[in-house]
Amino acid sequence: MKNSLQGPRLLDLPSMSRRRFVTGIAASGALLGFGLGSTLSLASPQGRTGPTTLRGRQFELNIGYQPVNFTGRSRMATAVNGSVPAPILRWREGERVTLKVKNNLAEDSSIHWHGLILPADMDGVPGISFAGIKPGETFEYQFDVNQSGTYWYHSHSGFQEPTGLYGAIIIDPKEPDPVSYDRDYVVMLSDWSDEKPDAIFAKLKKMSDYYNFRERTVSDVWRDIKDKGVAQTWNERSMWNQMRMSETDISDVTGYTYTYLMNGVTPDEGWLGLFKRGEKVRLRFINGSSMTLFDVRIPGLKMTVVAADGQNIEPVTIDEFRIGVAETYDVVVEPSDDSAYTVFAQSIDRTGYARGTLTPDIALTTDVPSMDVAPTLGHRDMGMDQSMRGMGAMDHSQHQTSGMETIDRKIMAHTNHGADKETLGKAGFGSTREITHVASEEGPHVGMRAESPRSGLNDPGIGLRDHMPKYGRKVLTYADLKNLYPTSDPREPEREIELHLTGNMSRYMWSMNGIKFSDADPLHLQYGERVRITLVNDTMMSHPMHLHGMWSELETGDPKYIPRKHTVIVQPGSKISYLVTADAMGPWAYHCHLVYHMTGMFREVRVS
Amino acid sequence: MKRFIKRRIKLPVSKRGSFLSTLSLLLMLSSVNSALAGGKDDPLLGKVMIDQLEVRDADENNPLVLDGQGWIGRDLQKLWIKAEVERADSETEEAELQALYSQAIAPFWDVQIGVRQDFQPTPSRTWAVIGLQGLAPYFFEIDTALFIGESGRTALRLEAEYELLFTQRLILTPEIGVNFYGQNDADLGIGSGLSDIEAGLRLRYEIRREFAPYIGVNWNKSFGNTADFVRSAGEKTDDVQWVIGARAWF
Repeated sequence: MKNSLQGPRLLDLPSMSRRRFVTGIAASGALLGFGLGSTLSLASPQGRTGPTTLRGRQFELNIGYQPVNFTGRSRMATAVNGSVPAPILRWREGERVTLKVKNNLAEDSSIHWHGLILPADMDGVPGISFAGIKPGETFEYQFDVNQSGTYWYHSHSGFQEPTGLYGAIIIDPKEPDPVSYDRDYVVMLSDWSDEKPDAIFAKLKKMSDYYNFRERTVSDVWRDIKDKGVAQTWNERSMWNQMRMSETDISDVTGYTYTYLMNGVTPDEGWLGLFKRGEKVRLRFINGSSMTLFDVRIPGLKMTVVAADGQNIEPVTIDEFRIGVAETYDVVVEPSDDSAYTVFAQSIDRTGYARGTLTPDIALTTDVPSMDVAPTLGHRDMGMDQSMRGMGAMDHSQHQTSGMETIDRKIMAHTNHGADKETLGKAGFGSTREITHVASEEGPHVGMRAESPRSGLNDPGIGLRDHMPKYGRKVLTYADLKNLYPTSDPREPEREIELHLTGNMSRYMWSMNGIKFSDADPLHLQYGERVRITLVNDTMMSHPMHLHGMWSELETGDPKYIPRKHTVIVQPGSKISYLVTADAMGPWAYHCHLVYHMTGMFREVRVS
Repeated sequence: MKRFIKRRIKLPVSKRGSFLSTLSLLLMLSSVNSALAGGKDDPLLGKVMIDQLEVRDADENNPLVLDGQGWIGRDLQKLWIKAEVERADSETEEAELQALYSQAIAPFWDVQIGVRQDFQPTPSRTWAVIGLQGLAPYFFEIDTALFIGESGRTALRLEAEYELLFTQRLILTPEIGVNFYGQNDADLGIGSGLSDIEAGLRLRYEIRREFAPYIGVNWNKSFGNTADFVRSAGEKTDDVQWVIGARAWF
């Protein structure tokens, strides 16, 4: 196995000063054979090749302010060692790493090692793992690295992550890598706004559709009336009109304010990755965005997904995949000719994209594809079961006609959770229990409840469902994920915890089971227990849910090879189940990774 | 939305700076802003909405009308200010201010309780307010309130507004407001029962979300006893005016 030479591999420095860091860039450029300075103009410190790589066991990371310019206007970012994204950290499995993190900001800071299995006090969540890092202070993180793969790190304080405090972690395996590749690149996706995060959050609270410029217009209505007639148009609109929601509400924050970045490079410039014909190139996709889910493809190349959230999976070859905020996917591509290829990551709402170029020659470029049609939400994404309509089946008979109005009344206070194992679905296959809405979901803080949520397992997701028939693109679904290795804990779940992702889009309030973080009791797990968590999405947004400290073992249908994830997308109006072995003592964070949701849609999990 | 048409009844008006003071009160609310929003889920925020700031094309003078609201508060509880001011010939002909406590009771509805003070025209009136504001199915914005004043005076106001998007930025807003009163108030030319209806149609262009100039037309008509008062003052009971103005929030 030959590993990549991306980044300054020669610079195996335990710690880097700013000056040496800049030197490292030059070395990196020279190594890749760029005629630095003459043929390549560097618009940002990193040029078009992304951030530098730091290796070793000892690291000094300095969090500080850094002017950046992604839009033509200079703005202040929060950076690590002056770099946005933060430097790539490359570790080796089995080693003990020490990271001295100095906070040069005027406010508290922190770094969370996303996806790393480590002691609770090293997890970097202020108020849960530790007290945070005060201005001017240095916190020393130290832990054993007992896993390999692609992960990332980011601030868990305030709104520092949206302003640049995120970077990649690559951990090379102790044993030979089951994935063979000739070179590898980190592809860090992110969303940058010139607006301050506090201002974006305030705008969303004052006008939740502030950033949506795809609302239905009179001409849409006119077209529908011409196509379908008045009656059908009226009927189709009635659910939206009664719910007072918008079918085009895909992303809360859009390309109106965001510039989407690939390795910190704008779409105008485009990130640059070099390859030689016939090489196997491993691309380590990380979604380090604040709010944006991306749909990724490389026109002309098949992608073989070899890892999800850092964990090796049974390779699956696809044309396109959705990556939720905080997820990572490793894919291998094999360009067999000397063409250039566009790495294209369009936002889920199609209001913008990040892009880069994989090319054998820096002078060789290629077309950037146009974005696909913007998706609209349907009844399914509201958790409404259309197949039940008119069948008079089950206990839904009185709820069939008038949509959400009747759901409001369908509040049940079932208390039989964890009552007996007989009702639990088998490990690997997910929940078989009928979902229930708890009483705390009732009130002005919750705008909708999914009546009949479907499993999100086989669903490519909104905007991707028709890509196979329409474009012939095979789109990855969670059902495609199978662990490369046997399930480490083959036990059946002892109990099932059902959590509802709730919110009021209009008031821009987010919660779990209708209770926001500041009002919520911790969720208790008994040390060593095997438990199933079933997440039900009672909103029409996609929520990437991240459990710290323990794996989320996604039940994709094969109990012997359950894939392990750290972040799981729960699709609008859908549900999904995963197993957790509570093998990590202590308090842990559990939350939606959309930064403007996580203040409320958050729980502390206590393993004791 | 403007509610009163009694300004055509020539009542004595005093020269008070209600217009400017109302505007500055609204501006004050906006000073509470995102600076306080440090990453918590429910920051203390303030919003000022100048729904209408417009000149109306009337027969004798061209009145300047301000209809604005402001709030300061959190997701479910807010202090709410509503103001309506009308000036013509350098005089404040109408000035009404409401100060309300707003409590969310349903996903799209707030109950609002507080006081309303009518500074102009004189004699001034003070009312207790209980209102319901929110978004009804089919996206109708509703603001309705019951007012209870001194000497057994009561009033009911119903307002509804709808937004019709021609494009993402060119938006037509039909709106209607209706006032009822429990008894005659001869000093102010108000009659019991259905008093007046005002309807408007404004076409705005959102240069930004926060700022939109508009043009429109405003129609109003008095009914019943109020119409009798208006007629006895030698005024018309209905009127149509062109308007030009701007809408803003921050």
